[in-house]
Amino acid sequence: MALKHVNAVVIGAGAGGGVVAKELSCSGLSVVLLERGKWYTAFDCRKDDLRNQRTTSLGCGFGPDDERYRRVVVEPDGHHEIVKPSNWAYNNNAACVGGGTFSYGAMAWRFMENDFRMRSVYGAVEGSTLADWPITYGDLEPYYEKAEWEIGVSGDDSGNVFKSPRKKPLPMPPLPPGTEHAVLEGAAKRLGLHPFHIPMLRNSVPYDGRGACMRCRWCVGFACEVDAKNGTHNTVIPKALATGNCDLRSECIVKQILTDGRGRATGVTYFDSENRLEEQTADIVILSASATESARLLLNSTSRLFPNGLGNRHDWVGRNLQGHAYTGAMGLMESEVYDDIGPGASIAICDYNHGNPGLVGGALLCNEFIRLPIHFAGMVPPDVPRWGAAHKEYVRKYYKRSIIVMGPVQEMPVFEARVQVDPKVKDDWGIPVARLSGQRHPIDLVTAQYVAGKAEAWLREAGAIKTWQRLPGPGLSGGQHQAGTCRMGDDPKTSVVNRHCQVHDVDNLFVVDGSVHVTNGGFNPVLTILAIAYRAAEFINANWKPA
Amino acid sequence: MGWYRNLSRRDFLKTAATAAVASGTISCGGARIPWRFLSANEARCLAVLCDQLIPPDGDPGADWARVVNYIDIQLCGPYRHLRGDYRDGIAALEQTSRQKWSQFFAQLSDEQQFEMLVALEKGEVPNELWKKPHAQAFFEMVLSHTIEGYYGDPRHGGNRDHASWKMVGLPYPPVRGRQHHDLKDS
Repeated sequence: MALKHVNAVVIGAGAGGGVVAKELSCSGLSVVLLERGKWYTAFDCRKDDLRNQRTTSLGCGFGPDDERYRRVVVEPDGHHEIVKPSNWAYNNNAACVGGGTFSYGAMAWRFMENDFRMRSVYGAVEGSTLADWPITYGDLEPYYEKAEWEIGVSGDDSGNVFKSPRKKPLPMPPLPPGTEHAVLEGAAKRLGLHPFHIPMLRNSVPYDGRGACMRCRWCVGFACEVDAKNGTHNTVIPKALATGNCDLRSECIVKQILTDGRGRATGVTYFDSENRLEEQTADIVILSASATESARLLLNSTSRLFPNGLGNRHDWVGRNLQGHAYTGAMGLMESEVYDDIGPGASIAICDYNHGNPGLVGGALLCNEFIRLPIHFAGMVPPDVPRWGAAHKEYVRKYYKRSIIVMGPVQEMPVFEARVQVDPKVKDDWGIPVARLSGQRHPIDLVTAQYVAGKAEAWLREAGAIKTWQRLPGPGLSGGQHQAGTCRMGDDPKTSVVNRHCQVHDVDNLFVVDGSVHVTNGGFNPVLTILAIAYRAAEFINANWKPA
Repeated sequence: MGWYRNLSRRDFLKTAATAAVASGTISCGGARIPWRFLSANEARCLAVLCDQLIPPDGDPGADWARVVNYIDIQLCGPYRHLRGDYRDGIAALEQTSRQKWSQFFAQLSDEQQFEMLVALEKGEVPNELWKKPHAQAFFEMVLSHTIEGYYGDPRHGGNRDHASWKMVGLPYPPVRGRQHHDLKDS
């Protein structure tokens, strides 16, 4: 049965797709929102510490499943391996309505002005495709604000002297500080640093019809039991559905983006939840499937006019895959600092995001989310054995006496860190899977070492009796912060989409997710993805004309 | 949508039957041993191994906390693909033990068992006995599963009586939430 033609089909109901679906359907366009995962709610909060999005020992809590999905990972020595989603090497992000925003930690960072002009600030970096964004912080500022107020952000960054200017404060105050916050705040001030409350997409007070955070110990990686964590699943997507113009179809796996003889997108083919192949035609196609999957779908959408995949005339699709090189330190304290008041992460500094001598960029530093015992048991200092009586004694003695300070190092984009489609391996639907290869830029590890040293110094000032660094490895980076594979730029020869997220040579095809990030900031990227989505949606609404 | 909402009566009976298996009265093979995949001997060997990794002291060890039960359940679920590694690894452990000390692993003294695990961790064992799995890979696998079974959620069959959570002083049942008035003075 032919499906009814619509104005827009949006692929992926995560951060980017959720916002675009809402903006378009509110302005009267008919929208089909396709999501490969399931539609979970707060009732699906299982608080299962072995099966969630952060600890995947027994599987991913919110998809994708190990049975039907796989990827190929290529090691530097050429050896390649098929990996499942619960394996860290898969570089997974959740597959469900809301995408990563359903179960994330919910930090709501704005990038800084310099994060959009890294090349101008730091110059060329050998071995990196480092470039400026075609848009500035100023271009995005109104949309950051819109994301903060529509999705809902709590926090207080008035103490952050490094932040780029904002017109409006955050809509909600921060959650009251816990013990770690108090200990770290005093220490940061004594060191001359500038601590402040992390902005979070989390209700600290009732907001937009939902209640406040109840401060449990299961946050990042879990669904929120009281629906106080704000993602697209409980904000913009319900609003899109309420217009009556948006049709959300979950458990639908898109096979290909279709194009006509003139090279314009005409819709998509997808397998529905009963594995039936359907064709959905549309005037506009918006691709918001995350950096890995968006690139994969473009590369899989080959045709006579686009033999190398859509948007890939100059071989930039799938290139520059980047996430964050997480770095920091752990400290053991003389007395208890564990207060069992979630989410745990609450205090940050941006003193080391830029201006680090001899380095390019840097990272924010903040205290880590609550560690459950299953996490803590794996966090041993170098001189404590990983098992046996001494290990058990360490866990017992220090579980409530540790602080971790970590931050996401801004990575230098590498052309050979990339997503391709595998020539042989297919998923359960017969679609060629993503093939990941390449490594981090070596300079990321130098920056990581520097920032980890600063984290250690902060912990020592806070009274840590022992500290050690937690450093990233050289391996490929993607995961929940995956970005960069469909770079935004003015020159079609060195980018995939223009400043409005429009694919250079297909004017009715848009990529709206982390893929378009030229660089990924020294921050969690979600608020930037949301802001770019609001901006792209405004452009689509302003320029869309009925066919 | 919660999974439980779609549970039909038929599914409920199936679930109940699974629960009966989990309670230890029936096994896959029908024999009256509490294990689903492991043999009685394998389970005994694994229990001793796990207790070296997390030994009993003032607080329970891995064996008491039913880490073997956790592993056995997962070998019938998400870790099904690791069945061969467990079967062959435990067999190789027993052979290594008999070759060196002429005794089963469980019969060795505490010091000998510890020594054996250090050798496994370092891969300093007769290679011909450890072709698949390799000794180090086997050690790492059992170590991570033991930590999961001991420190993870009791719903998966380990961490009996939330022993490890009691050990570190975490309240259980979990605090379901806190109101702002609880936090005023903190």
